[in-house]
Amino acid sequence: MTPSQRLDATFAALADPTRRAILARLAQGEASVAELAEPFEMSQPAISKHLKVLEKAGLISTAQSAQRRPRKIEAAPLADANAWIEGYRKFWERRYSALDELLGQLQVAPPKSKRIRH
Amino acid sequence: MKTLIDKAQVTLPSDTEVRVTRDFRASRDLVWQAHTDPKLVRRWMLGPPGWSMPVCEMDVRTGGAYLWRWRSDESGKIFGFHGDYREVDMPAKILNAEYYDPGDLGGAMDTSQPAIIDTRFTERDGITSLVMVMEFASKAIRDATVSTGMTDGMEMGYQRLDKLFAERHGD
Repeated sequence: MTPSQRLDATFAALADPTRRAILARLAQGEASVAELAEPFEMSQPAISKHLKVLEKAGLISTAQSAQRRPRKIEAAPLADANAWIEGYRKFWERRYSALDELLGQLQVAPPKSKRIRH
Repeated sequence: MKTLIDKAQVTLPSDTEVRVTRDFRASRDLVWQAHTDPKLVRRWMLGPPGWSMPVCEMDVRTGGAYLWRWRSDESGKIFGFHGDYREVDMPAKILNAEYYDPGDLGGAMDTSQPAIIDTRFTERDGITSLVMVMEFASKAIRDATVSTGMTDGMEMGYQRLDKLFAERHGD
């Protein structure tokens, strides 16, 4: 997968509330399919479907060794998704910090030319 | 009492949208003025580091147009945005259509369709909240726009991101 396809897979996987809840659970520690299915009113096969989407997106992995094959969260794609937006966020924050400063200056000495009337 | 959002927040409400939120310790009139007076806009509407804004023309009224251009101090390259105001409701709302002009930067982005930008200003207890929702013509354009990040010069954009990911994933 290219980086942008990888991000697509990450965001598509995160677009579902059940999958987000599964990730929230796995963020606290690994869990088996049965344990993951428990809080949801869903069958294990239905949960397994969601787990497949998450696994395909690289957001979780399955430990093959243990009998119960617990799932565990993988941080890298989430970090990439954050990094992706973070660059754009910083771009805007740089502007808005400059705007903060400008607003501060204007409050000290409001420009006289263009007063807004209501 | 709501918490002051003193750092920009960016979310993706849908496949084609980006939402930027930020609060300012200033009256709505003043924040509006800083968004609509070209002399003030050019003081904060920064391009990437090392780029200045030689062109900032704005006629902020419904049906009016605007033109922004940035120039690299080092290479002299130019890119910009231009658009028209579809709805201006002072001092609460600006709805505009924005076209990206890659200028000397080139790139494969489809620039024929505008982004529709809806900016709202609300004031409470002397704090002005800005909510800007940008809707792009496609997911691909939205993603390309967010990916440029524009923090280190737009030319780098995707290449830089690809490199970063390659390093992290070892491919």
